[in-house]
Amino acid sequence: MSQHLIVLPIVLPLLAGVILLRSRLGGTRLKRRLGVGATLLLVLVSALLLARAADGEIAYYALGDWQPPFGIVLVLDRLSALLVLLTSVLALGCVIFACGGDDEQGSNFHGLFQLQLMGINGAFLTGDLFNLFVFFEVLLLASYALLLHGGGKSRTQAAVHYVVLNLAGSALFLIAVGTLYGATGTLNMADMAVRLGELPAERTGLVTAGALLLLVVFGLKSAILPLYFWLPRAYSAAPAPVAALFAIMTKVGVYAILRVYSLVFGEQAGDLAALQQPWVWWLSLATLAVATLGVLAARDLRLLVAYLVLVSVGTLLAGVGMGSVEATASLLYYLVHTTLITGGLFLLAEMIGLQRGKAGTRIVKGRPLTQGGALALLFLGGAIAVAGLPPLSGAIGKALLLDAATHAQQPWLWPLLLASGLSAMIALSRAGSTLFWRSQQGERDGEPLPRQHWIGVSLLLAASPLLVALAGPISDYTHATAEQLANPDAVVRTLLSDAGDAS
Amino acid sequence: MESLYAITTGVLSACGLYLMLRGRTFPVVVGLTLLSYAVNLFLFSMGGLTTHGAAIIDGDRHYADPLPQALVLTAIVIGFAMTAFAVILAMRARGDMGNDHVDGRTREDREEGRR
Repeated sequence: MSQHLIVLPIVLPLLAGVILLRSRLGGTRLKRRLGVGATLLLVLVSALLLARAADGEIAYYALGDWQPPFGIVLVLDRLSALLVLLTSVLALGCVIFACGGDDEQGSNFHGLFQLQLMGINGAFLTGDLFNLFVFFEVLLLASYALLLHGGGKSRTQAAVHYVVLNLAGSALFLIAVGTLYGATGTLNMADMAVRLGELPAERTGLVTAGALLLLVVFGLKSAILPLYFWLPRAYSAAPAPVAALFAIMTKVGVYAILRVYSLVFGEQAGDLAALQQPWVWWLSLATLAVATLGVLAARDLRLLVAYLVLVSVGTLLAGVGMGSVEATASLLYYLVHTTLITGGLFLLAEMIGLQRGKAGTRIVKGRPLTQGGALALLFLGGAIAVAGLPPLSGAIGKALLLDAATHAQQPWLWPLLLASGLSAMIALSRAGSTLFWRSQQGERDGEPLPRQHWIGVSLLLAASPLLVALAGPISDYTHATAEQLANPDAVVRTLLSDAGDAS
Repeated sequence: MESLYAITTGVLSACGLYLMLRGRTFPVVVGLTLLSYAVNLFLFSMGGLTTHGAAIIDGDRHYADPLPQALVLTAIVIGFAMTAFAVILAMRARGDMGNDHVDGRTREDREEGRR
């Protein structure tokens, strides 16, 4: 049984999703129970996987028992285990929140939600480049439908841009994968890493083209500077639990960059090693600068949070661009923090909007909130965490990243990162004072919020103090993860030399 | 054969790219379809073009690389579903927005907004 554990984060949501999509399946209560139950089980499974990966063992699961490099493999190492656990915790918060009524605004919310989880988990676990494409498509298809959940003009319009851009991105992905296959003759990432070491010189250009094309695709998913224009609109138009789950989608892009370029284009690739570095570094800094302006300019709370997601993407990719073990370790800590907190803030923005009637999430004076005290407290906590003020986790994540920068990188990274924190602080305090203090005229007639909303939001925002309390063990883990990533030989050896099933 | 194949792929992707950059949803969807055809052809050629070869490796005899064929099959299936979805989405956008511009508004709307 235990060797099949690796495939469970994919099979479990698939089964749950298929069952939930049956139209004749019972009422709302049953669907909600099934959805939450499946997600809870997923948290459990991924916690077990994390415990297994924590000792540094790299395990793989050969689907259909076709051994690598010929068959498709799922690879479990520290990085993939961490991200699968992060996804399932975020999903738990979102699905509980959705049970407060958002799931009934359209059809099939829970089924699509599970299928999206399947795509995300698959993308994190796979060790095969084409399989990565397939899981990207699975998660994208589910996300298209989820983005449209509930309908409405702004959603349809955001979805048109989002779908067309991602379809174009998929075409580029296929071209890149095809080029890399043509040049190396394999799709298994570990095998590709070995073949790149013995690449004939005349094929270097072909591989460079393929690799940089892949960077464009991953850049589109993670919303790096020239490719981010779809993000603010799509994220602010999406239903709240979906927008919160989308917080992990940009991280799928960051993960793909981290995984592909550390494994395939590692040191053994010779001249091709780390060919993405300058691109990622400079573009991420530019993303950070533009996102900082976006945060200051946003006139809607949801748009503000969407730009905060963009800030986090810039910060994370700057960590990737630094390319040292320390930088990777600190960016992973920051990744856990920022995914959960921005997810929580999307949910919180929806709750605030629900109690303000017509004014919604726009940052203007409106009616006072019925449950303003509790919402304001949560908002304060989330704002402190996301802006990176002590004592919450954002401060630790940013301090680790600032510390990891080398002398040559410091003059670029420090001002930009600190300025982004400052602007987030200004924008959030301005938003908070307008929403909670200046909105005093009128009746308090908003309905009290359902219990599920409070549970979902507190679950995600509670991650921040938890990340501070457990900062030691977590940063030890991320440091070990970064070291594992810096030594792709271990993966290659595990995958390619074993005759039998290593798991 | 190689040059003919390359020209076909190139012309398809050029047409696809041009149509994708148009302002209305219908040409955009057609452009995406053409681009996905071009990608499928490209992917197919990546194992090398072989004539009269079976897709089975049987000793060192003449064979065609079977992997790109499997990849193309997957890509076709996914592309098909995506195209269907994009068409429905475009129709819904036409209904919701009242016009078929990708930005949800026509040139007249924009000029009115500027005034």
